[in-house]
Formats: sequence, structure tokens, C-alpha cells
Amino acid sequence: MVDRREILKLAGAAALAAALPAPALAQSKGRGQVVVIGGGFAGASCARALKRFDPRLAVTLVEAERVFTACPFSNGVIVGLRSMADQRFGYQGLAQDGIALRFAAATAVDPQARRVTLADGGILGYDRLVVAPGIDLRWDALPGYTEEAAQRMPHAWKAGEQTLLLQRQLAAMEDGGVVVIAAPANPFRCPPGPYERASLIAWYLKTHKPRSKLLILDAKDAFSKQRLFQGAWTELYPDLIEWVPLSQGGKVTSVDAASLTLVTDFATHKAAVANVIPPQQAGRVAQRAGVADRSGWCPIEPVSFQSTLQPGIHVIGDAAIAGAMPKSAFAANAQAKACAAAIAGLLAGRPLEEPRLINTCYSLVAPDYGISIAGVYHPAGGQLIDVEGAGGISPLEAPRSVRQQEAQYADGWFKTITAEVFG
Amino acid sequence: MEPVKAALAVVVLLVLAGGDAAASGPPPPPGATACSGCHAATAGIVTPVPRLVGRKPADLVAALQDFKAGRRPATVMDRIAKGFSDAEIAAIAVWYGEQRPERRR
Repeated sequence: MVDRREILKLAGAAALAAALPAPALAQSKGRGQVVVIGGGFAGASCARALKRFDPRLAVTLVEAERVFTACPFSNGVIVGLRSMADQRFGYQGLAQDGIALRFAAATAVDPQARRVTLADGGILGYDRLVVAPGIDLRWDALPGYTEEAAQRMPHAWKAGEQTLLLQRQLAAMEDGGVVVIAAPANPFRCPPGPYERASLIAWYLKTHKPRSKLLILDAKDAFSKQRLFQGAWTELYPDLIEWVPLSQGGKVTSVDAASLTLVTDFATHKAAVANVIPPQQAGRVAQRAGVADRSGWCPIEPVSFQSTLQPGIHVIGDAAIAGAMPKSAFAANAQAKACAAAIAGLLAGRPLEEPRLINTCYSLVAPDYGISIAGVYHPAGGQLIDVEGAGGISPLEAPRSVRQQEAQYADGWFKTITAEVFG
Repeated sequence: MEPVKAALAVVVLLVLAGGDAAASGPPPPPGATACSGCHAATAGIVTPVPRLVGRKPADLVAALQDFKAGRRPATVMDRIAKGFSDAEIAAIAVWYGEQRPERRR
């Protein structure tokens, strides 16, 4: 039974709702408009999570490509362990969730008018905008490394044609050749990625072209999971991989695509196959929206992932400066869900809770040999920092059964995350 | 139905339709949504990683506490469980207990 006091309370709530200004009322009835730019692990995850956390939100995903090609596991494609088809995902699942899809590039963002302009002439208004453009390669950062040069010296750091180009070059290389990988300084997409790639190429060379060598020219002196990688290289590929750190002249200062040479301060290296991973920055829509700073990346406020440069715009994934969190697909997915929860809360007028985020990155050093790094993160002092005492890498000493298990978990991770994001 | 009760029913419906109750359940507690990067929330995925959705909260709490204390063999969960307080672990366990696997068409 309901008493008179409760009736009055309920009637009061209804009257209050009626008295709210129009935009707020519109939002409370579920007409909050959220536009997400970028359909990768960050953007697609965020669009789906927004719809799940508040089905009344109108969510539009803006993405130039109709098919997404995943970077994680694409090192397996390069060495023939996987098919490119295993890396490709469509957006039908998102459409079935009620997300509006716009397959066009975003050419302009007006943060004051809260409006996105598309290459096809379309204009989308928003209450909240999520910018998740991933990375752009910097064609101005390494002398000689232009888009044209990348056709001879592939970066393969955005999966797709570049991945297949590197695969073909390796397959065509004669036994006894030198494969050179140029690794960039921090920050860049997928910190363990160049070293997983080196490992799997070493596996391929050992298996198919055993007289060949692999040289890593590195613009830094330390890298992710370094002791695990180096331990595995000694065990699996003795004398095959040479890593030249920054302090020993590893930084590539220029390249010449025509002669396949890479120049450092100390030496000139001639490659049979050259994989140049250049410096990177946030995808260009971040610049257009005014959310990237002079570093080329996007500073954010770590509870809501809102840009510190433009109100109403949130940045997630590789483009964001996410403190201790690496630029990984796992991190992008975790950030996307935390950001979606924050946006749903903001639009519903709820106070925001501090998120706790996780990252786990697996790398394969051989098809049946996996290693991992994990972290747990929380906001502190305006940044996402490591939760002390948590995270870290796989044990340095472990039986092969543990490495096999981690390789299986890596495979499970890829299936699980791609099903959640695109399935 | 008495007029007062009928009017009340309308008011209740209006308030519910406009309020948070129309959203799908309470917001997930901090950290909970990150788990489904590895622990499948969708049906039909073949993976050696166990599912969390629909599990008994007490079982999840016990497993996470054992990982955190290093009492249970682990590859990565020992490193992750150490990042969560007892209260956070309990909240995540309760939330997963209430979730159901998503069926994708």
C-alpha cells in the first residue's frame, strides 16, 4: 500500500521533471546524442558499451572503412601463421545493437557548436563526442621515410596492405639475407609489438631460411617485457637476433628506400628486408578537433577521459595520453568501457565514480610460447597511474608448459575481445 | 481501481520511464568491465579462460582472494588481483553474479 506522503513525493518528482529545461528533459528521456569517431578497438567498444549502459542514448559511429583490420596478432600474418581474413571484422553487430553507422571520414569538428562534419557532406550534432582515431604515422619525423618509401620499406604498423607487403617481402627473401627492424622511441602503438615481430620473424627464418639474420635498430635503451624477450631469444634463436639499443648507436637517423639502407650515427646497414616503424601521433581528426597537444597526442582527464583541451569531447585508445597505460587494444577496450560509463553517468546527471582499469598484453615469441605483461590503473594527480603492488610480467623462469598456456590464453584473448567489440 | 491509485500508477510509470530505472541495471563497479577483455561475456566463444558472468559471487570472491594471496596457481590473475581491494573484489563479484551472457544474433 502507498501512503499519502509517498504520493506527494512521486507527484513532486513528476512536477520537477516537467519543470526541467528542455535539453535536460530531452536527455533524461533518452535523446542524448553521442557521436563516436573511429571504429577500432576503442571506438567500437565505446559505442557498444554506451548502448548497453543506457539503451536510450542515440549513438552514431563514424568510420571511414567498412571493414576493420586488427593489428593485434597481425605479426602472425606476416610470418604465415595466420590468414589476413582472421584479422578482418565488419560492423553488422554494432548495427544490430542499434548504433547508427556512418561510413565517412570526419573532416571537421566544431567543439563550440558541438558538430561534426563528414567527408560526404553530412553534419552530426552531439551532446558528447568520443574521439578514437588511433594513430597516424609521422611522415615528417624520419628523413627519407615517406609514404612512397613505405612501399619499399613497409611499416606494417597499421594492419592491412602493409602487413601483406612485409609478408611477401619475407617470403621472397633469399636465405642468408638480413632483416632489419627499426623501432621507434616512446610513446608508440603496442610497446611490445616490435619485439614480438622480431621474435616471430626469427621463428620464420629459423624454420625456413636458417642462414638469415635479424637486426633490431632501436631508438631507445629499454623495451616492454625486455628480459622475457631476451631470455627467449637466447633460448630459441641464439645468434639469430641482434638488438642495437640507442646507447650503442641503434637510433635510425635516415633511410634510403631505393637502396634499402638504414643510417645510424655509427653505421649504415643494408637490408634484404627493412621494416621501418616510424614515430607516430594521434590520428588526424584529433588535430582537427583541437584535442591534441604539441606532443601530437591527446591529454585527458582520467576519470571521464574528457579532453583537457576541449569540453564535451572524450579521447580514448592509442590517441590518448593515458599515463601508465600502454597503447594497446586491451587498454583501448578497457578505457572505452570506462569512458562509456562516465558519459552515460554525465548525461543522466549521476556523480562519476573513479574507474579502475586493467591492461593485459600477450606476445608470442614462438607459435607455442607466450609471455605477458599486465597492469591495474587508477586516477591520481590528474593521470592514470599503476596501482602499487599489482601488475608486472610473466615469471622470468618458468617451465615451457606455462609459456604454452600463455600462448593459448593469448589466442583466447583475441577471440574474446574481437567478439565483444565486433561480434 | 480508485481514482487516487490510478493517478498514482500513471505518475509512477512516468517517473520510471524518465528515470534511471529504464537503463539496464546499476552501473558496473570500478574495474568490472575491464575483465571481459579476456573473460568472454558473449556466448559461443571457445577459450580456455573461464567465464565470469552468472557465477556465484562467493566463488568469484574466493578465487580472486586466492589469486591475490598467491594461494592459487596463475599465469596473469595473481598480478591483476593484487590491484583490487577486498571491497572492490566483492562489488565486482556481486555484479558478475547478476550478469547473463550476451546472446549475439
